[in-house]
Amino acid sequence: MKPFSYARTSSLDAATREKTTGATLLAGGTNLLDLMKLQVMQPDRLADINRIDGLRDITTDDAGNTHVGALATNSDVAAHPTILRHYPVLAHAILAGASGQIRNMATTGGNLLQRTRCVAFYDTAASCNKRQPGTGCDAMGGGNRMNAIIGGSEHCIAVNPSDMAVALRLLDARVRTRRAGGATREIPMADFHLLPGATPQVETALQGDEMITTLILPPAPPGRHAYRKVRDRASYAFALVSVAAIMQASDGYMRTVRFALGGIAPRPWRIEAAEQVLTGQKVSLPALSHAADIALAGAQGHGDNDFKIPLARRTLIHVLSTLARETEDE
Amino acid sequence: MNDRVMPPADMPDTAAPLIGAGMQRVESALKVRGEARYAYEMDAATLGVMTEPLVGVMVLSTIARGRITAARTATAQAMPGVRLVMTADNAPAQAPWGPLVAKDRFARAQPVLRETDVHYYGEPVALVVADTLEEARAAAMAVDVRYDRLPHDVLLDAARATEPEFLNGFKPAKTEFGAFDTSYAGSEIRVEAIYETPHQNHAQMEPHATTAMWQGDTLILHTSAQNLVSIRNGIAATLQISPHRVRVISPYVGGGFGGKLPYFADAILAGLAARALGKPVKVGMTRPQMFSATTHRTATRQTLRIGADRSGRLRAISHDALSHCASFDNFVEDTTTITRGLYRADAIRTTAHLNHLDLPRSDSMRSPGDAVGMIGLECAMDEVAHATSIDPVELRLLNDTPDDLTARKPFSSRHLKECLEEGARRFEWAARNPLPGQTREGEWLIGMGMACAMRYNLLKPCQALAHLDVGGNLTVQLAMTDPGTGTQTILTQIAAAAMGLPPTQVHVEMGDTAYPPAPGSGGSFGAESAGSAVLRACENLRELLLRACVADERSPLHGLPQEQLHVGGGNIHAGNRHEALSALMERAFPYGVDAHGQIEADAASLKWSQASFGAHFVEVAVSAVTGETRVRRMLGVFACGRILNRRTARSQLLGGMVWGVSNALHEENAPDPRTGQFMAHDLANYHVSTHADMPEMDVVMIAEDEPVSNPLHIKGLGEVGICGAPAAIGNAIFNATGIRVRSFPITPDQLLPHLPAVTV
Repeated sequence: MKPFSYARTSSLDAATREKTTGATLLAGGTNLLDLMKLQVMQPDRLADINRIDGLRDITTDDAGNTHVGALATNSDVAAHPTILRHYPVLAHAILAGASGQIRNMATTGGNLLQRTRCVAFYDTAASCNKRQPGTGCDAMGGGNRMNAIIGGSEHCIAVNPSDMAVALRLLDARVRTRRAGGATREIPMADFHLLPGATPQVETALQGDEMITTLILPPAPPGRHAYRKVRDRASYAFALVSVAAIMQASDGYMRTVRFALGGIAPRPWRIEAAEQVLTGQKVSLPALSHAADIALAGAQGHGDNDFKIPLARRTLIHVLSTLARETEDE
Repeated sequence: MNDRVMPPADMPDTAAPLIGAGMQRVESALKVRGEARYAYEMDAATLGVMTEPLVGVMVLSTIARGRITAARTATAQAMPGVRLVMTADNAPAQAPWGPLVAKDRFARAQPVLRETDVHYYGEPVALVVADTLEEARAAAMAVDVRYDRLPHDVLLDAARATEPEFLNGFKPAKTEFGAFDTSYAGSEIRVEAIYETPHQNHAQMEPHATTAMWQGDTLILHTSAQNLVSIRNGIAATLQISPHRVRVISPYVGGGFGGKLPYFADAILAGLAARALGKPVKVGMTRPQMFSATTHRTATRQTLRIGADRSGRLRAISHDALSHCASFDNFVEDTTTITRGLYRADAIRTTAHLNHLDLPRSDSMRSPGDAVGMIGLECAMDEVAHATSIDPVELRLLNDTPDDLTARKPFSSRHLKECLEEGARRFEWAARNPLPGQTREGEWLIGMGMACAMRYNLLKPCQALAHLDVGGNLTVQLAMTDPGTGTQTILTQIAAAAMGLPPTQVHVEMGDTAYPPAPGSGGSFGAESAGSAVLRACENLRELLLRACVADERSPLHGLPQEQLHVGGGNIHAGNRHEALSALMERAFPYGVDAHGQIEADAASLKWSQASFGAHFVEVAVSAVTGETRVRRMLGVFACGRILNRRTARSQLLGGMVWGVSNALHEENAPDPRTGQFMAHDLANYHVSTHADMPEMDVVMIAEDEPVSNPLHIKGLGEVGICGAPAAIGNAIFNATGIRVRSFPITPDQLLPHLPAVTV
């Protein structure tokens, strides 16, 4: 572990100032500290933001938007009555990730910024364009069972490991940020995580002096929620494939459909066009297969992860058809 | 969950009330309170020195085969707190590796940094010692090692395999009973199948770690080890000093599973650095380092051929196993051992093949040989059951045998039939649909499977010293270890029972080579070897007391025949006469009394084959959509002789079954052929089962007496719980889905291509 300096910050201004001068912000530390021990990440300075007031609140505004503070822990979000009542897919997704101990420490903002678990990224002796731009990608030639089948590039096929982010993308959440000097903006989840292209080291739309302060959840569309995570063991494993979905169906027809996939791409994978072909359609295998075709268009395996393509299709079709059946029963 | 044990029908009369009781672990409160000091937790106060130990961190190779051309250490040496950077350039002289073939392989010399050759990815190539862990880690990352790389070979390859002479434990590699070729050719039903099992890592909760200090010319090592006497000898051989100049201390071991039978670079490097610096030094492995710088379970490729007649009588069994050992070692996984004796057949043949690979050393991992060998054997038996349309339990009962055919000896005790019948009854096995893939609950395909369990029994030479003080406190000492199994507890029980004392007056001191030699913990031999030696020591002590009692005119028991005397409740009594032990001690042994005890297998007992047996029953649900498997119910029924302690015995058997789930569904570590390194080096990528993977589990121990193996009438049960458990799960998955996966672990991607189409 490389020596580093550590400072506690108690205001957003101080934190963004620290960020401007190159500090890495420390929240729950559940991913950052691991990576520092391995020298995968080697910040010179950590600015601890845990003592900043007001970043742990979960509130609802007059327009029905729910605001989740960047420091609200994963456990608190998953157990919050508003989330359980209006955004059950988010609670399910969070609870499908990590362990109770980690969720007690991990924060909303930190979860969004967690790094990939790609084996090559974690191994400092391996080549990884994300860790060391320009060195190549060892995952491309093997050991890629957990890697992306879609959205990657020749430079990087790392997967975004977050379960929470898949639900947030489904819910059209917005990430509110603040920059040094106090300017704020809202970044739609659709734009928050970037595809790797030729710059896999750039993972989000955040600027150098910009930090996440709040997550804004607009009212969820009507319908039943589901989060299905397929994994190698029943708990404490990253998704092979996950599907988040909201569906309302009646009389055998799908009225509202949203879905997003996790575990297969560098960011939560949602293709709105695939949802649109289902809206108003009869629940049928051809319809659902067609949507899966659109959502997974261009998917390509890299050897060990070839199975993720049929697995994603099967899981998606199963989750949507099950939801349709369940929502009919309601 | 239950833990049921029925008392043996013929309990020997030495049995005292304490034996068999579910006594709590004697050290549990210390562990819960954090007061049990593990090797890496030794500090100045506990070592009795003035300064805190310095901290060493290892640097590991990043090639699988080749030679170090330069180890650039100047940067590291200049970093804050750094006291020493040791590489092959400046490491002290050590003995060469070996000898390759040794009666005790754990007592061989294993030098570190002695040469510049690299034998596997993750081999120690440098040690950095600094004042703090953080400084040492930072400097270790700054050591720049350059290599000449040579081609490496890390994959099993039957075409290039050799035929070893011996398996682990000097068992013959080839055995032959009957005429296999003729019997197989003449069989009505023939099953031939290749089963594969992966490399596996121990990843014990307590990483390998050593705190070393020198007192004069004696090296004192606080380390985490299962087998103290052997490694003491090995470390002494490496350092080229007398074994009497090395003392190994290991009172608490946070998990061993065979992966702490050998000693590793942490012990040697801590010892060398402590000598070079004249101060205590601790060296611990990081979790990622444990995945290469220790030993692992080899992958295997097993070819099974089983011939049977249509009625289910086995005609011929052959089992060939390919495994690997490190390029510089000779360990051969004893994969086929159980096949030699589990069933009756006209002919049984076992053979072995070996690849020497540029991987870390393979060696023992819980139930070496049998944990993987019974996957091949018991899944192939399930294939025979399916091919003959005979119920899998019935097939086993049909081919039960009182004799170990390959060994040509009878079994001393074998209640496999009772395990099978009791298990089938309790599990409601009769409800199983023999046709696979027929039972569905929504998304889930449901199936049931079973397998036998077997593990040969072993008694190793062991000694113990018992000391009774005038206050009636018994101290027992032996260089035994307790890697979390409950050994200290059962030894306390045995001594208490033998001396008629309450357990609170018995103190078992172990984990130190200063005590009489013990074989350590491994191969399920710990309880019976150490327990028998403790029993013998206590019996000898009792003999001294009784003899003194009847010989003393001042004793109310004077002159009585010694065989009429008994100890119990702090007294020696005969009929209605008694003398308090304390009175005798004050008179006859005011300074206390010692007795020594020892055990080794007697020749008569070796006329018998000795083994623990059991049967596993499993129900699984497999997602017809995703291929995920969830074990729903699991029952293990075992016959392991008398049970010393219900609580710790159940934990051992249950722990084996838990690991069986992990073996069947999760654990594997494949080498990356490009780099030669194991791909998983943390517990995020090396999957073990979690609590959420655990089904409803039940352990039943049936009544059994083991008449010949040892004076305690017990058999080993530390490993039999894992034997066959993964096969039972694989067989249940076949029953659920109709898919026979022959490459373990059985992960969703293996099932996926064969699952039915998704329906809407």
